[in-house]
Amino acid sequence: MEWLGHFNYWIVVVLMMIGFYGVIARGNMVKKILALNVFQTSVFILFISAGKIIGGSTPILREGVSAYSNPLPHVLILTAIVVGVATVAVGLALAIRIREAYGSIEDDRIAAQEADEENRQSEPSR
Amino acid sequence: MFLVVVALAVIRVRDLFAATMLFAIYSLVSAALFTVLDAGDVALTEAAVGAGISTILVLAVLTLARRQEHPVPGHNLLALAVVLVTGAGLVYASMDLPEFGDPDNPVHGHVGSYYTEQTYADTGVPNMVAAVLASYRSIDTLGEAFVIFTAALGVFALLSVRPPARRSRARDGEEAP
Repeated sequence: MEWLGHFNYWIVVVLMMIGFYGVIARGNMVKKILALNVFQTSVFILFISAGKIIGGSTPILREGVSAYSNPLPHVLILTAIVVGVATVAVGLALAIRIREAYGSIEDDRIAAQEADEENRQSEPSR
Repeated sequence: MFLVVVALAVIRVRDLFAATMLFAIYSLVSAALFTVLDAGDVALTEAAVGAGISTILVLAVLTLARRQEHPVPGHNLLALAVVLVTGAGLVYASMDLPEFGDPDNPVHGHVGSYYTEQTYADTGVPNMVAAVLASYRSIDTLGEAFVIFTAALGVFALLSVRPPARRSRARDGEEAP
């Protein structure tokens, strides 16, 4: 049990890094938002596993239960899930706007368009 | 472990529709994990909100955008290096965390044990999560409501106004392969 005691945390770290890689390396904005969500869920798992007590039970009062898991992280994560969806909604709305303005939600294409724009402005009337 | 596999698939798959569906599966699996970790309320919320509403939102965007992700040649080695270094640091730091599931962990010391012992006497609500959310921390929940309201305002502000410029160039971009 000695080395298994931190297994949950390692899974959390692996998930977090997968999400992080997605955010950095993927150009597509929808993909970035999904990766951000993966990252977010890993943080949720970290909090929930901090609140778990082995042999404990779901924190709803009832007969015949000796130990309850800690309800405080659960409350925090409930709030975080709902706020997370709100941020996802804003991010996707931004993506729609960017698509309408540039015709694409890929990072590299938008950067190329911006570069074109600057070239056109720097050498006018040719 | 299954979570890791699904998350990897979410990042790897180029088809955005498949990625969205895989993300819904990922949310459901994590909801199951929350149930195992005694967090029933969180599992319900994650299943409804993470697997349900998020997926619907992403699908709504995908009806407007292209379905295939633009392929990026090769791997992004710099990003991979950054991620590996950060991950190694976090694993090293996790060695200092208290052991999983121990009742003597510092998390359970301060206000958590007060909630588990006194909630019913204070509020008369048997579900501690609901009691803490709506009674002890109702001001925080009000703040959460403000956040959601602000987000909704932001979404409406972004989507209700027509963009004035760049109309013609947007057409060009769509026709390019």
